[in-house]
Amino acid sequence: MIKRQAATLTIDGRPVAIDGEKNLLELVRKVGIDLPTFCYHSDLSVYGACRLCLVDVDGRGILGACSTPPEPGLVVRTNTQELREIRKIAVELLLANHDRECTSCVRSGSCQLQDIARRLGITTIRYRSIHQPKPVDASSPSLIRDPNKCVLCGDCVRFCDEIQSVGAIDFAHRGHDAAVLPAFGRDLGAGECVNCGQCASVCPTGALAPASEIEAVWQAIYDPGTVVVAQIAPAVRVAIGEQFGSEYGLNTTGQVVAAMKRMGFDIVYDTSFTADLTVVEEANEFIARKSNGERLPLFTSCCPGWVKFAEQYFPQLLGNLSSCRSPQQMMGSMVKHTLPAQLGRERKDIVMVSIMPCTAKKFEARRPEFRTAGIPDVDYVLTTQELARMIEESGLSLNKLNPASFDMPMGFKTGAGVIFGNSGGVTEAVLRYAVGKLTGQNPVDPECEEIRGEDSLRVIRTEVGGIELKLAIVHGLGKARETMQRILAGTLLVDLVEVMACPGGCIGGAGQPVGRDIAQRRRARAEALYNTDRLLDLHCSQENHFVTECYQKFLGEPASRESHRLLHTHYHHRRRAGAEDHALARAKESGEGPLIVRVCAGTGCFLRNSQAIIQGLMKHVEANDLDDRVQVQASFCFERCGEGPNVAVGETIISQATLDTVVQAIHAELAQVSSPSVEAGAR
Amino acid sequence: MNACELAATHLQSPARRYDKVGVILEQNGRQPQRLIPILQAVQEEYRYLPEDVLTYVATGLDIPPARVFGVATFYSHFALEPKGKYCIRLCDGTACHVKRSIPILEAIYRRLGLSAKRMTTEDMLFTVETVACLGACGLAPVVVINEEVHGQMTPEAAIRLIDEIEQQEKVQA
Repeated sequence: MIKRQAATLTIDGRPVAIDGEKNLLELVRKVGIDLPTFCYHSDLSVYGACRLCLVDVDGRGILGACSTPPEPGLVVRTNTQELREIRKIAVELLLANHDRECTSCVRSGSCQLQDIARRLGITTIRYRSIHQPKPVDASSPSLIRDPNKCVLCGDCVRFCDEIQSVGAIDFAHRGHDAAVLPAFGRDLGAGECVNCGQCASVCPTGALAPASEIEAVWQAIYDPGTVVVAQIAPAVRVAIGEQFGSEYGLNTTGQVVAAMKRMGFDIVYDTSFTADLTVVEEANEFIARKSNGERLPLFTSCCPGWVKFAEQYFPQLLGNLSSCRSPQQMMGSMVKHTLPAQLGRERKDIVMVSIMPCTAKKFEARRPEFRTAGIPDVDYVLTTQELARMIEESGLSLNKLNPASFDMPMGFKTGAGVIFGNSGGVTEAVLRYAVGKLTGQNPVDPECEEIRGEDSLRVIRTEVGGIELKLAIVHGLGKARETMQRILAGTLLVDLVEVMACPGGCIGGAGQPVGRDIAQRRRARAEALYNTDRLLDLHCSQENHFVTECYQKFLGEPASRESHRLLHTHYHHRRRAGAEDHALARAKESGEGPLIVRVCAGTGCFLRNSQAIIQGLMKHVEANDLDDRVQVQASFCFERCGEGPNVAVGETIISQATLDTVVQAIHAELAQVSSPSVEAGAR
Repeated sequence: MNACELAATHLQSPARRYDKVGVILEQNGRQPQRLIPILQAVQEEYRYLPEDVLTYVATGLDIPPARVFGVATFYSHFALEPKGKYCIRLCDGTACHVKRSIPILEAIYRRLGLSAKRMTTEDMLFTVETVACLGACGLAPVVVINEEVHGQMTPEAAIRLIDEIEQQEKVQA
């Protein structure tokens, strides 16, 4: 093919070469004109609703730059009097219907609406405010949804649907009443939301924001009766500097620890320590399954967004989910188990605070599995943003502090525990351990380039000690769903699957500082974690002598009874929506209560054709004139999805039910019910 | 009998909620892009869109319930609250409006004790809605009761229609 001269168009009188840009907006921004937008996000589909990126194209009129493909010869103007007016009006209208209590808004200072209003020089709002306060949804432990601050750009809706494939929120109602809502206008905390919080990180305003636990943590710090123990996740240290004007990807571990000590945290540990512990437990679980020919692939379980996602949508694969707790929860468990004796304090006096890049960790810490004698292993979870705010509140300048070091022993880590924050990090760390364990020699060059990268699905083959391994690394839940479906269909055969809900892994978590240049920030953070690994003396979790000591003192062997008690967990299927049971055939009024037969119509049982059982049962009830004695209901999930279809006859649950087995059970139950009542009649 | 009891009776006979929805889903090949026809058929069956049925539709089509809720709330044709046995739709499009549809609406509201906020009578017999245009402008002002079109309406004629229906219902009862 003959190479043609680059096609060009004109932007504000200057010729610009078209170089594969998808739309005019990309091109306009490429030449250094930052047109404002709310609803444009390069990773998401084009929505074209905010009407801020308008341009005037000769012969075509005023068009949205985001939704106009570049064509050679177009004459584009970005800054005419008319465009300026339209943009101002659009923002003024948004502001007229906005809760303008900016000073007390969590996004004050990082709000795009505030920023755009300032840039467009909006000093007065010509329209009467029609703002009617709507209730704020604080039902979720991870997120606050404040509809009064929503500009209806739909970034959250599209991220949740397109990237995460969850669809927990969507536009509802129309025109003036339009709103972004969870299904049926319910609370966000009650539905399908997996708490990843990516909706909040793309939200241009404070309509969706991480829930804050700052006040509770200050209270714990001020309480003289408590020992406040903190843990800091790897991804936090390479991102928090962004809030204080540092270059992207600067590792500020020492300054963060110093700041926290100055603020009054008594002990500061490193979550990378328990990441090392996770590696040991998880790698042993993996090696055992592989060599015993047990259920594979093994899915990682460090990411609480992914765990909830799996519990909701892939109950049949829960047996493949590693039983290891996440590093956050391992730290919580170890701290609350070991510190009281060491410090001569009671368990209830120890307050465990996590600093996480993640909003879903707030949900994870509240899971009932992670409570011991009613006390949570992790009491509070702060996001990177929250810790930055606490440091600001204390008046400390992070950049000027002399660095301090973590407390021992649980502040000691190897590089393997640090790279956990990157997508691929868990896999690489497990591989480093497996090489040591299976070959008897730790890897000479521990860095595994092919595991690293930004692709949302990476599949690699490798060989360890004569065993061939196929590993998959996934980030983003939409990609995870696709991967799970391929595994279920048998078209993807792998041994280990690492899943992280957020783009890039934890470094891209929703608790991290946000900005429109998020891709650039993520790249710098990932590189910084790999560099931190390079600078550490040890790179394999098995080299962490404090981990070894932990086994000697408290746990015994990896995968021992004690380590299972303290470091492992279990999962259960979750209902997607909190639907009630619904009567299908209501029994006629009679003296006795009817026998209630509930047939599961949840996803798993539905796919196993529970519908046919419902229909068959109703026919049976009708044909045998049992209307007044048997009531057939549809139920949503008995949380035994692996053994569906499930039917409850009275109190008894029948798994792998067929119409015949259910009918038999009904008659058996009816016979039992009728005999005592006959006796009662005789008396 | 109060509204709830009446609604409940309506739902339990023949009370085959999921059965019917299953059939509707099958007829539409369980295709998510056929969500609107599916919701129309469900509403035809139940006279409104019960929440649990919407969850069931979402499960059956493998789409998030939030999206089904979004579509169901976007179109004014869809009702998430039970509608009365007789749905009175008064056209308030341009042609009907200039032909004085509002006095008709006010008369109907007065007759049934309803308002723009309370659209269904307590006995679940009537629901009154306004619609933008029924495409029958030549007959303006137009009132449609269930499927029946009544043209060149007046407040008095509309009240007579309501009286007739009530009479008829009494006879049947």
